[in-house]
Amino acid sequence: MEARHVIILGSGPAGYTAAIYAARAGLKPLIFAGLQRGGQLMWTTEVENFPGFPEGVMGPELMDRMRKQAEKFGAEIMDKQVTAVNLSSRPFEVTVGEDHYQSQTLIIATGASARWLSVPGEEQYKGKGISACATCDGFFFRGKDVAVVGGGDAALEEATFLTKFSSKVTVLVRGEELRASKPLQQRAFGNEKISFLYNTQVEEVLGDGMRVTGVKIKNNKTQEISELSTSGLFVAIGHQPNTGIFEGQLELTKGFVVRKPDSSHTSVEGVFVAGDVADWNYQQAITAAGLGCMAAMDCEEYLASQE
Amino acid sequence: MPVLHLTQETFDSSVLQSSKPVFVDFWAPWCGPCQMMSPVVDALAEDMSEIVIGKVNVDEQPELAQQFNVLSIPTFMIFKGGQVVDQFSGAMSKEVMKERLEKHL
Repeated sequence: MEARHVIILGSGPAGYTAAIYAARAGLKPLIFAGLQRGGQLMWTTEVENFPGFPEGVMGPELMDRMRKQAEKFGAEIMDKQVTAVNLSSRPFEVTVGEDHYQSQTLIIATGASARWLSVPGEEQYKGKGISACATCDGFFFRGKDVAVVGGGDAALEEATFLTKFSSKVTVLVRGEELRASKPLQQRAFGNEKISFLYNTQVEEVLGDGMRVTGVKIKNNKTQEISELSTSGLFVAIGHQPNTGIFEGQLELTKGFVVRKPDSSHTSVEGVFVAGDVADWNYQQAITAAGLGCMAAMDCEEYLASQE
Repeated sequence: MPVLHLTQETFDSSVLQSSKPVFVDFWAPWCGPCQMMSPVVDALAEDMSEIVIGKVNVDEQPELAQQFNVLSIPTFMIFKGGQVVDQFSGAMSKEVMKERLEKHL
């Protein structure tokens, strides 16, 4: 088996941008798009802050365009999930189920996945009133009351979106105030269907066996427990990096891949990183794309130095 | 086998009265994860001739979604003898989905 120049893991803005740059550089990249082809933007509706789209662009459409752009320059994309990597062998080994691949370099752009609450009732009612995707599931709550958990940008975007369908949206915020950006706060405060409960955490999801009927909530200042009746619970409490397959092989901090300052190099020579999997701060499509570009350029330079 | 595009009118004859098990994908065009799963479902239809595979566009068929208590998409249901014998939601690999289907053959 001949080793590839570069294998890219992930297909969000970071992975596809790395693919575009690597393909244009003649590196014939192979991309494993993973289970969630297109990444987190596939869960969103309109993206208003990606440069070049003054009228906005739908998340799934943006990702489809990036994919086509990568393919146009010869990137090979497989909609498969990498199950294991071996970073101590040279070339590196990448396992996808029964299949094995070898590559001189890797670009890790596996992104992050929605974080869940981990409270009783959550597993039972996932897909039965509990959702992490308002754009997918808001439709089913027409005329119903729903709750959103979280205080960041994603929570307020979901809450605002849900008012298209729901009669009342209650945002449950664990802290004393919102973390979301000011424009999103202003938009949510101006929407009379949205109300807020602060210092509030979900203790348990309640249901009738078939679907969610409410949540047990606790005020973490007064310790007072109460019940809120709701048909839907949308969880938007952030994301955790997808680094399970790299544990013990690559330096991680709090689960994120550690990136050397001002570069995309990781603790293993020849392994580069881009996007939310290494970013606990910005987590934007455009920063992920920027890091993807850096990873491809660093990778190209590394390969040239090895010749 | 081709994937069936199910409607309120065809659901009874194609799914509930089917002699073979039927796998139904509830989806909508505005749902990103549904778009991710669509090629997986198409590939399954090519691989597995012993099962009927159909899709319900919940945007066009809201009554069917309501009838089967669909609250999240994509939702996948397996029907046998007119009954739902298994149900799951969200994105997954073709291998995992195939394993889940094979249990009901």
